[in-house]
Amino acid sequence: MDGSFWLPEGASTLAAEIDSLFYFVTWASAILFVGVVAAMAYLAMRYRRRDVALVPEPVEPNKFIEITWIVLPTILVLIVFNWGFKLFIDLSVAPPDSYEVQVRGSMWNWEFEYPNGTVTAGELHVPVDRPVRLVMSSVDVLHSFFVPAFRVKQDVLPDRYSSVWFQATRSDTFQVYCTEYCGDGHSAMLASLVTHPQGEFEEWLESAGVDEDMPLPELGAMLYEQRACNSCHSLDGTPGIGPTFEGLYGATETLADGSTVEADDNYLRESILEPGAAIVEGYQNVMPPAYGNLSERELSGLIGFIEEQ
Amino acid sequence: MAEEQIRTTAAETHEGSGHHGDYITSEKGIKSWMFTLDHKRIGIMFGVTVALAFLAAGVFALLVRAELFMPGETFMSAQTYNQMFSLHGIIMVFGFIIPAIPSFLGNFLLPIQLGAKDVAFPRLNLTSYYFYLTGVVLIVTAMVVGSVDTGWTFYTPYSARTGPAVLFLTTAVFIAGFASIFTGLNFIVTIHKMRAPGLTWNRLPLFVWSIYATSIVQVLATPVLGITVLLLFLERLMGIGIFDPALGGDPILFQHFFWFYSHPAVYIMILPGFGIISELIATFSRQRIYGYTAIALSSVAIAMLGFLVWGHHMFVSGQSAISSIIFSLITYLIGIPSGIKIFNWIATMYQGSISFKTPMLYALSFLVLFTIGGVTGIMVGVLAVDVHLHDTYYVVGHFHYVMMGGTVIALLGGLHYWWPKITGRMYNELLGKIAAGLIFVGFNLTFFTQLVLGTRGMPRRYFDYLPEFTSLHQLSTVGSWILAAGLFLVLGYLMASMFRGERATANPWHAATLEWTHTGRRPSPHNFDRTPLVTRGPYDYYLAGEVFGNGTGDGSREAEPATPEQSRPH
Repeated sequence: MDGSFWLPEGASTLAAEIDSLFYFVTWASAILFVGVVAAMAYLAMRYRRRDVALVPEPVEPNKFIEITWIVLPTILVLIVFNWGFKLFIDLSVAPPDSYEVQVRGSMWNWEFEYPNGTVTAGELHVPVDRPVRLVMSSVDVLHSFFVPAFRVKQDVLPDRYSSVWFQATRSDTFQVYCTEYCGDGHSAMLASLVTHPQGEFEEWLESAGVDEDMPLPELGAMLYEQRACNSCHSLDGTPGIGPTFEGLYGATETLADGSTVEADDNYLRESILEPGAAIVEGYQNVMPPAYGNLSERELSGLIGFIEEQ
Repeated sequence: MAEEQIRTTAAETHEGSGHHGDYITSEKGIKSWMFTLDHKRIGIMFGVTVALAFLAAGVFALLVRAELFMPGETFMSAQTYNQMFSLHGIIMVFGFIIPAIPSFLGNFLLPIQLGAKDVAFPRLNLTSYYFYLTGVVLIVTAMVVGSVDTGWTFYTPYSARTGPAVLFLTTAVFIAGFASIFTGLNFIVTIHKMRAPGLTWNRLPLFVWSIYATSIVQVLATPVLGITVLLLFLERLMGIGIFDPALGGDPILFQHFFWFYSHPAVYIMILPGFGIISELIATFSRQRIYGYTAIALSSVAIAMLGFLVWGHHMFVSGQSAISSIIFSLITYLIGIPSGIKIFNWIATMYQGSISFKTPMLYALSFLVLFTIGGVTGIMVGVLAVDVHLHDTYYVVGHFHYVMMGGTVIALLGGLHYWWPKITGRMYNELLGKIAAGLIFVGFNLTFFTQLVLGTRGMPRRYFDYLPEFTSLHQLSTVGSWILAAGLFLVLGYLMASMFRGERATANPWHAATLEWTHTGRRPSPHNFDRTPLVTRGPYDYYLAGEVFGNGTGDGSREAEPATPEQSRPH
């Protein structure tokens, strides 16, 4: 992979200085470590037991030496603290003209909403050379948004906003991880962060918007992928974490409480908006109640898509 | 061996001198163990139980590392994996590492090192063991039956969603916590009130100082964990929003409560280890610990400062930036006393007479591994860098370096050091050295690679990972096999030594603390025939005539030093 032995290649404005601080501490640590090991090895060899009956004379501690190895490390750590604290302020305070994107974390995918209303799932697109501020919240449990290449991370909480900012320095695709344990799909809760030169970013944003005239089932098909319904519901009859969509529409489903219900438009609508209300027999109540922000059109699109399977 | 032939007037005659035999042979039968009030037997019961906990949790770790040998599902599902790493963490923290040194070696040694017959409250001591045992059994039951997969930190609101299982688990932790509190209380009183005549604070073995500092933390911090568990209960039972945002609570508040205990808890884990290292380095360098006062007081300083740094686990949690800054600053300050200890221990070897028996190999390993643990701790204390490193494998590497490379290595050193006093047997020294080597190599291979995984961006608690991380994960897994081989070798030869080991003498290492100089091969039930009178410091080998066969043994420097003829081994 690109980058050094320790760190991936940085791609944000602050990454270089964070890396410098990391290397400073690593090298200071290495020097200290070598010193410790060398002193140990030397003393162990020089004073190894040659006469089994020898009782050495006691050594009086030298106050000057003891004070030195208290004061010098203290100065060193204060230097490091000061540097880290200043950089932390820079990391914490987004520039005032930042481009803001809303981020919603849910078990187990990331969704991004841009100022013009466009929503993408699993992929965040941003312009290069412009500060970007992410305003984030979770629909269920704690998550954490981590982009190693930018050296940024921030926990994502339910019922509250947290934010993180960065300015990308080159156009490429970068890895995003969830990094606060959130259950079975934690290690699958990934996303891509795609950076575009400014002009290209505007173009992407326009084409990424939803076509108002897109036929409903096609809209539904797009949402099926984007909103990660495909991670639990198959289209080919295979049962997954959730029931398959094949042949679902109009079928008679047996629920966990023994009752039966026809899988019609109302049933499907309720299953999307209130997943816990009617659980099919043989399945667990694990579908997240994360789809309340679908528009009416999007809901109809999904129902239309399911009807076609 | 020549060492053992140093002429000594040590209490060989104490063995079986009473009519009672030693603490093992004096009473037989399972009830004499189950209802014992003898701190030594209670220490052994703790020791056996923590060893079983370590074995179980260690096996879970091996399974976790085996699953991670390849990306994707290797042989277990994500759900099983998540339960496995949670079981590993919870059993290791609550079942093993917190009680391991204080309740096993501390219990066994503290009264003897103080010249006392037992701890201040022997019945409380036994009660502490049963609370611990109950807690651990319930923890394991709750986790297995309830499929707990929250990680040992059980953050809300995820832990609230896994239903009642987490409540059973936290109740069990609540019960086990009392063991910690009772033991800490017992030790504080014992140290204050039951020291032998002449044993001033400045003559206490440094192991005692470390146990003292640990006990303060146990007594003050553990109740906060109890309160946290009670609040979780209240929230569930009464629907009051405390930690769960769905009820109007604050998940960051949970983290504050949790880490307010769990950070001091890591000092409970390491401080006794520091105490053991002092004993080992002094004895096997036959030299006073350099800067005794600095080491003693730095333990107390660490214990107190340890209450002020919990927020360094929460830099990216959403807590305020000003809190993060203050926590980072104090975190650095707490690194200084730990660093001082390392320098002082190394300086102790200057003009010493150094022997490389197995316990000393562990002490030297500790100096290397704990230094790495310490500097990686400084690294994650750097605010701007921790943003990148938090919740990655770098943190996992760091805490294994300090907890395993620190505490477990110290425990192994102490176990080998005090093995003859506890069992009356010597283990096979060659196997001891081989195992120490395997453990050192295996440990570094396992966990240094994890530091690199972390800086490269590999998150922790990940069942699956991107292919680019495969070779580092494989190296780490292979390391875990080497580490396990070393540990199983230790288990094997220690068990064998109990049946076939050479009979030990009363003071095979020529140490100068009371457990070596004033007891027989194994201590008698009440430790001493009469209360010892202490006239010198614990590492004043040059005054320890009773150990080295020179001088009068009463601590007076004016006594004639031994002539070469007197001191030469026979």
